Amino acid sequence: MGQSNMKEIAIVAYQQSDCVSDAGAANEVELIIPVLGKVFEQVGITNAQDVDFVCSGSCDYLQGAAFAFVMGVDALGAVPPIKESHVEMDAAWALYESMLKIRMGHAESALIYGFGKSSPGELPNVLSQQLDPYYLAPLWVDTISLAAMQARLMLDQGLITERDMAEVVARSRRNAQGNPHAQLGGDVSAEDVLAQQTYVSPLRKADICPVSDGASAVVIATVEKAREWGVPYAVISGIDHCIETHNLGVRDLTDSISTRRAAANAGVGDGRVDVAELYAPFSHQEIILSRALELGEDTRVNPSGGVLAGNLMMASGLSRIGEVFNRIVAGEAQRGVAHATSGPCLQHNLVTVLEKGETA
Amino acid sequence: MSTLAAVVGIGQTKYTTKREDVSIAGLVREAAARALQDADLGWDDIDAVIVGKAPDMFEGVVMPEIYLTDALGCNGKPMLRVHTAGSVGGSTALVAASHVQSGAFKRVLTVAFEKQSESNAMWALSNPQPFSTHLNAGAGGYFAPIIREYIRRSGAPYDTGIKVAVKDRLHGARNPLAHLQLPNINMQEVEESFMLWDPIRYLESCPSSDGACAMVIASEELADKAARPPAWIRGVAMRSEPTMYAGREEVNPQAGRDCAADVYKQAGITDPRKDLDVAEVYVPFSWYEPMWLENLGFAPEGEGWKLTMEGATSLIDGGDIPWNPSGGVLSSNPIGASGMIRFAEAARQVRGECGEHQVEGAKLALGHAYGGGAQFFAMWVVGAEKG
Repeated sequence: MGQSNMKEIAIVAYQQSDCVSDAGAANEVELIIPVLGKVFEQVGITNAQDVDFVCSGSCDYLQGAAFAFVMGVDALGAVPPIKESHVEMDAAWALYESMLKIRMGHAESALIYGFGKSSPGELPNVLSQQLDPYYLAPLWVDTISLAAMQARLMLDQGLITERDMAEVVARSRRNAQGNPHAQLGGDVSAEDVLAQQTYVSPLRKADICPVSDGASAVVIATVEKAREWGVPYAVISGIDHCIETHNLGVRDLTDSISTRRAAANAGVGDGRVDVAELYAPFSHQEIILSRALELGEDTRVNPSGGVLAGNLMMASGLSRIGEVFNRIVAGEAQRGVAHATSGPCLQHNLVTVLEKGETA
Repeated sequence: MSTLAAVVGIGQTKYTTKREDVSIAGLVREAAARALQDADLGWDDIDAVIVGKAPDMFEGVVMPEIYLTDALGCNGKPMLRVHTAGSVGGSTALVAASHVQSGAFKRVLTVAFEKQSESNAMWALSNPQPFSTHLNAGAGGYFAPIIREYIRRSGAPYDTGIKVAVKDRLHGARNPLAHLQLPNINMQEVEESFMLWDPIRYLESCPSSDGACAMVIASEELADKAARPPAWIRGVAMRSEPTMYAGREEVNPQAGRDCAADVYKQAGITDPRKDLDVAEVYVPFSWYEPMWLENLGFAPEGEGWKLTMEGATSLIDGGDIPWNPSGGVLSSNPIGASGMIRFAEAARQVRGECGEHQVEGAKLALGHAYGGGAQFFAMWVVGAEKG
């Protein structure tokens, strides 16, 4: 979706909790509420009654219960009842759904939130159950093993080196030092990373995003509404997403065709990209994505540290959009790209282009 | 402003206890292929695919749409997966419609399914949680006390639920796709069926089904050229309220009333019983017909049961406002698809293609779904005319 002939929609607020390795006794509602409180405060509103639509993203299997999102509604102040929906996807796709709602004229503003408490389970094994249930899931091929095969393909074809991967990790750790919500930050060099043992060859533990608990939230609105609220905003100038075959043997795992297609439709190449936040749960995937998005030397990639520094399942994609928004309203960037992913080895990808608004 | 959209293709599987002959992918593809065939379209004519189903634990597959990409011809296209509890089939149709109504897409495919035989829904709904009391009761155990409260307040005769159970099964016997085929069912048989959750008897409950339902939704321009009569989408609404709050009205939920008021306003409906010709309403337990008759404004509060007992909602009795001529959820319940089946059957009525369960001359129809503990609602109104 481009913005041509359509109502301009902007991000007006973004908040994320700390990425923590174990939120302990806190339940999902307790993870969501503080983030919602902050995001409402950022816009100057009270609760979900003050927006026209609410959409969330979460996954039942992280909680180990049917209807993980149901109790989330209890965090919203949904009395009287609200217009609300939910995707069993990363909340970046909840943002996509919310934009459709605004474009069809049924809303001028929307609250989007994503949350996940992945710590109680074994996330890589849990996610193995999203594979083909008859042929792959019974083998319990976990996400790390699949990503390791992908990295191996790239190394064997000479498309990357282990040092390239280590450089990605080192930059993530260094950038994360400036992100108060990151889980893993530090003054780490590529040599430090390469000195580590491999974990699932060729991946070292540092090549793999950590398991994190937490939530994030975004408020979007028409530009008219954003001006009425009098808050800084970043315009969503393009957004698109695309899924590829689930059959890993058919896909070229060293590239991301769906990212390329979504990027073309979102208009990534129509201007300079000052900043990019990429949802790359594994270091080599950041390289695949940077190439698919055709990012050059002048693009700052993952200034937040990205998900290698903290990965809120079901919220990380939304957070990528929020992080680009932060850079734009801070005046550090005029135009940026946010990416979200889902499925094994980057099967499904969403690309958003954000630009500085006229009065932002 | 909202762009006009219409349903131009509908496909359903036969609903049954176990579809052992197909995988989950085979099941959804069957419905999707039928919808495309009905629309006289091919896979390449579809711009995006919107998938809905109830909790993933019902099949034991995490985010199954990821695996279903190939079966639904979605490679290289956008795919969205909706999950809003039992209302999901309805919500999914609404999200699919929004793809077109927003002007962003010309033609989308939407599919909702459940293959309950792959797992155990009762287990999936009742597994213990560290933060809440373990309620090993399933949906019926949750709703029974609310029904008892309805009976206490309204003074409805004890056999109202029995009457609904018979009526919907007789309707279902006219729908070849319905799971339960009980053409000879009678009040006595329902009354003598064993009590599951007082006052809900076995035959007053929905079955557990495998099945999928699909629709193609297109823009006005394309729908005008459609192969078969389009069902124009005249109103769309969703509402949610929290599971727990002081003063929550569980018998006649405000979210349902608000949702109905919203969708009626869009469709220009002031008196639903008069203005609508037919309604496909989510009634998984018999007593929810009189309760929803009131919640949706077809009858004043406390009097919904009168419509049921008079036969106003019966196609066979020549009622003025038939409810669930397809047999409803009481005749077929692939949970994640059940809401979409209501929406699709409403569309089929205004397209005039329902055969034995057609409401003659139906021009305007309501599709309704609810979910969770009746805190999630999704509705649409479809018409034979653009309005």
